[in-house]
Amino acid sequence: MANVTTQQVQTEEDRLIQEQGFDDHFHEHHHGDKYQSNFITTYIFSQDHKIIARQFLITGMFWAFIGGLMSLIFRLQLGFPDESLAWLRPLLGKWITVNDAGLGTLAPEFYYALVTMHGTILVFFVLTAGLSGTFSNLLIPLQVGARDMASPFLNMLSYWFFFFAGVVMFFSLFLSTGPFSGGWTAYPPLSALPQASSGSGAGMTLWIVSLVLFVVSVLLGGINYITTILNLRTKGMSLWRMPLTIWAFLITAVIGLLSFPVLASGFFLIMFDRSLGTSFYLSEIFIGGQALDHVGGSPILYQHLFWFLGHPEVYIIILPAMGLVSEVLSVHSRKPIFGYKAMVFSMLAIGFLSFIVWAHHMFMSGVNPFISNFFVIFTLIIAVPSAVKVFNWIATLYGGNVRFTSANLFAIGFVSMFISGGLTGIFLGNSAIDIQLHDTYFVVAHFHIVMGVAAFFGMFAGVYHWFPKMFGRFMNETMGKIHFWLTMIGAYAIFWPMHYLGMAGVPRRYYRFDVFETFRHFTEINKFITIAAMVVFAAQLLLLINFFYSIWKGKKVTTKNPWGASTLEWTTPIHAGHGNWPGKIPAVQRWPYDYGKDGKEFTPQIEPLKEGEHDGGH
Amino acid sequence: MAACASITMMFGAFTSAFLVRQAAGNWLEFALPGIFTLSTVLIVASSITLHGAFIAFKKGAAPLYKGLLIATFALGLAFVVVQYEGWQAMKDLLGLPLGTNPSSDFVYLISMIHAAHVIGGVAALLVALIHAFTLTSGPTPTRKLRLELTLIYWHFVDILWVYLFVFMTLQS
Repeated sequence: MANVTTQQVQTEEDRLIQEQGFDDHFHEHHHGDKYQSNFITTYIFSQDHKIIARQFLITGMFWAFIGGLMSLIFRLQLGFPDESLAWLRPLLGKWITVNDAGLGTLAPEFYYALVTMHGTILVFFVLTAGLSGTFSNLLIPLQVGARDMASPFLNMLSYWFFFFAGVVMFFSLFLSTGPFSGGWTAYPPLSALPQASSGSGAGMTLWIVSLVLFVVSVLLGGINYITTILNLRTKGMSLWRMPLTIWAFLITAVIGLLSFPVLASGFFLIMFDRSLGTSFYLSEIFIGGQALDHVGGSPILYQHLFWFLGHPEVYIIILPAMGLVSEVLSVHSRKPIFGYKAMVFSMLAIGFLSFIVWAHHMFMSGVNPFISNFFVIFTLIIAVPSAVKVFNWIATLYGGNVRFTSANLFAIGFVSMFISGGLTGIFLGNSAIDIQLHDTYFVVAHFHIVMGVAAFFGMFAGVYHWFPKMFGRFMNETMGKIHFWLTMIGAYAIFWPMHYLGMAGVPRRYYRFDVFETFRHFTEINKFITIAAMVVFAAQLLLLINFFYSIWKGKKVTTKNPWGASTLEWTTPIHAGHGNWPGKIPAVQRWPYDYGKDGKEFTPQIEPLKEGEHDGGH
Repeated sequence: MAACASITMMFGAFTSAFLVRQAAGNWLEFALPGIFTLSTVLIVASSITLHGAFIAFKKGAAPLYKGLLIATFALGLAFVVVQYEGWQAMKDLLGLPLGTNPSSDFVYLISMIHAAHVIGGVAALLVALIHAFTLTSGPTPTRKLRLELTLIYWHFVDILWVYLFVFMTLQS
């Protein structure tokens, strides 16, 4: 019986698309042949947004593995500074020195390189490209009802610029002087003077080349996302009928487009200082007793330029996660998202505010305390739209017919992480409290929970939810749930204790703490954190196994719309070809969150409004 | 348009960095070499000729359109060459090679990165020129859109330079 009903729903949808849909004569032009004629154009230099999304995702997973592994190595150093690391020699080579007693120690300069690379890789390659690149590409054309991106070619270039940025960065890991080691923020003078540290030479050159390529990738992608959302929406898809995912990607792309060029400006000044002898950032400096030529520069100038990107960047990371979570929570709670418009306006407010809070990263860098007041106020105001969103998510869950699938568990986990991490942000946003907390493990705990773990949870929710759309198969739910609980408990086990370390003033980025009398009694806590980190890393291997196993061996998707969602991507065939819809493009008749309306479990966006029926979004 | 917003942010960053750095002292005051006035005249003229070319193209006046397009291309190249002469003048006439003082270094930086964007525009003009002499179809919507995009970008880098020129003149 069940099969018969699904069959009817499908034909009903096909009939709606056929009757109401919009015929753009797409299939008369045989685009498919041009774009996907052989293996290379289909899977490698593909211009199809669905393939590019998978390329972004898998590249992002590769980098997440590398970046995560790096954190394990430096966590081993912090948790067990006296244990021998000689067994890591095959992997790290000369960066492990083994003494006569056979005790292997990690080279301190490589410890800094690991911390730097972990930050750079996770922030840019995983949580910017891997998260926003994957889901913007997959969902924008599918959810707005477009055949593909506005410019499939630029879209392809965007991926390949990201890929080459990755190649350059990967190469820098194998330099004999090591990769860049001055922190992911690349503050001068460590970044501006090639002789400043071992990683500041070739390592920094490759770092900056890689990131300039990356900025190009973000800009090409962003231009495409904005153009597609604004120009290629299908008939009836007004702005107020767009799913929150699309709103999130739109606002993210606008923020990226306005903030990444400023980072590029900062990088150009560094390049001039490094190569052409200018002194934008360099003041009177002695290295090894030797006075350098540079006079009169200001390293604070770089911090301004960097954080003008750096702060919006955290919203570039978290907004797509918020969009994904809103969608997943609504679908799996079988309830309309609570406060749709409030969600959009709060994202717009967050986007706007993100540009006028950057100096809260610089309270202790010597900026005028009166200027700090301004930044404190706007920083704390961000709590308002953030809280609106949190209350709306909780209200969406409240009284819902909640399905505890892996996707939904991660979405709920996201809300938990966002609250915990957001609350500590209120402490750090105060310039007075920052005097004690700056550059301590309190900061590390704060940003890892609120933009690291939370963004990962949003990404996981998205992967579990849209995996059937990407590969036509389900991921294993049991493994997914084990993955969730290990990650959820493990992530709190890692970062919760760090708050206490931070309040006690334990500084971040130190190589070992047992040599300081003040911090010696934290040895056990550091061991605990390291063990938790190993457990969480192992849990991510479970995700990797589940992911690749399910691509080929997962349970097959038998209906177009396995989750019973109302948005457009679920009206495409299970294995959608180039152009997404085989016939006409569906026309949109209503907002995307009609769940449990008029006794129907869900109403697809393509179903016309009934006589006198109110459209939720308007 | 999005690209223009992006580039605007970048130069906004440069000019605000300029102001922040200037306020910090140790700032060498000097007058911009006169040759930059010439380059400003050139790029403004090229904007006018390109706009004329676009109008002629829409009207279907092929010879005028081609002539004005060649003129624009030549003016664009001339602008880049004169900018180069400007950097030479700063080095030789004013004795301010790169690395002397942030005040002159900012002028180098801003004008060099701007010149890079103009070269991008010149490349677009080259494509427009090739189209003008190889394509036989009249003003089709696609061709109109292409030329219009080139026009918008070219006006943009022109206005950007005028802003930068006025900014740097007033600040020095």
